[in-house]
Amino acid sequence: MIHRRAAGAKLAVAAVFLVTVATAHRHLLALSAGWLVVLVSGVLVAKLPVGGIVSRTAAVLPFSALFALFSWMEGFPQTALGLMVKSYLSALVVLLLVATTPLPELVRTLESARAPQFLLMVVQFLYRYIFVVVEEAVNMRTAAAMRGGLRFQAAAGALATLFARSYSRAEHIHRAMIARGFQGHFRSMATGTLAAGDVIFAFTAGALPLLVRTLGEVLL
Amino acid sequence: MRRPVVDVNGLQYSYPDGTQALRGVNFHLEAGEAVALLGANGSGKTTFALHINGLLRGRGSVSVCGMEVEPRSLALVRRKVGMVFQDADSQLFMPSVLEDVTFGLLNQGLSSEDACERARVALRQTGMAGAETRAPHHLSAGEKRRVALAGILALDPEILVLDEPTTYLDPPGQRALADLLRALPQAKILITHDVPFAHATCSRAVFFHDGAVVAEGPVEAVAARFGWGLAAR
Repeated sequence: MIHRRAAGAKLAVAAVFLVTVATAHRHLLALSAGWLVVLVSGVLVAKLPVGGIVSRTAAVLPFSALFALFSWMEGFPQTALGLMVKSYLSALVVLLLVATTPLPELVRTLESARAPQFLLMVVQFLYRYIFVVVEEAVNMRTAAAMRGGLRFQAAAGALATLFARSYSRAEHIHRAMIARGFQGHFRSMATGTLAAGDVIFAFTAGALPLLVRTLGEVLL
Repeated sequence: MRRPVVDVNGLQYSYPDGTQALRGVNFHLEAGEAVALLGANGSGKTTFALHINGLLRGRGSVSVCGMEVEPRSLALVRRKVGMVFQDADSQLFMPSVLEDVTFGLLNQGLSSEDACERARVALRQTGMAGAETRAPHHLSAGEKRRVALAGILALDPEILVLDEPTTYLDPPGQRALADLLRALPQAKILITHDVPFAHATCSRAVFFHDGAVVAEGPVEAVAARFGWGLAAR
């Protein structure tokens, strides 16, 4: 169900969720439990693997833990905890959005929402070529393994080769782009309009984080 | 007599490291003609082709459809010349097949609807109908080549330049490509090591050696002269 909804509607819901979470200060732990229930419900409705999504979201924690540690050492344990909880929930929101929306559609929607084009171009190229670079790296590792393994010095050389190949590929891509009339900025295809179902979804799903926060602040 | 669509005289080019890649190349291509560029790796075929749509600029003259290739004519020249590069992964840079095929059309100022329509026709031509929403990195090597070709055919150029078009294509794919190329009305330059393919698609071959054209004529005769004949395979 979530997969079928327009990227614009999902992006609006995600934005509401992120702002609601980021601006909450009182009763943060209780509110977070409510938001977590909403998000996990979203994961279930989208038929995504709950365990995989919840554990992959934890990848953000080491980064936020560093800043949380500074807050803790400065004598603000509540802020530190809030930082960890908020970063986890925010990452879960973004992961749910990305897992239910094809990236091209998401990029087009962000573009029509006037997000910086350079940033979108970087995301787009990263998504397109990360697989190519990883494949090259795997091939190099296999080739090395067949000749006795990759020692530290050889690994450094392989890394340099990988960089040089990526640089050369970037030049080839640029050539291919200008050969097809690229003049400095992407002209993307028009994004589809929101259907009635998308609008209803945006209002309903967008209301949930606000509802959790309002209820929490009134009842607690 | 047919009009020349590509006219190259005395073309010389050296790479920034000093390697001289082209040494006075003369080349002519008429409307609707298909020419194979043969020659060993590093003989200058691709470097030469990159001059035809101004991606490289050397000394000598290059004209396309009567226009001298120079900075102020580049936009027009690139509308006339469609180039399919050797490495399809470098050519397919957009996140979906449809977006990649429409890339050049949108740059030409077409509306999204018109661009999509023409892209779908080109994808049908290359046997890739139905792949519109697929991500290029999920395609097989042969499929990538066909989508790359569709991205160029959609632009309806007057001249097609294909660099190693049969790489990664299985024999049925090669036959389908040869049939498609024979049916296309455009002038074609095919850079290839595949002599049977060149023989099946081109009326003439030009042999490059060390940055210079050393022979030209019927494909079979040129290939045989340098030991590249059909029988040698």
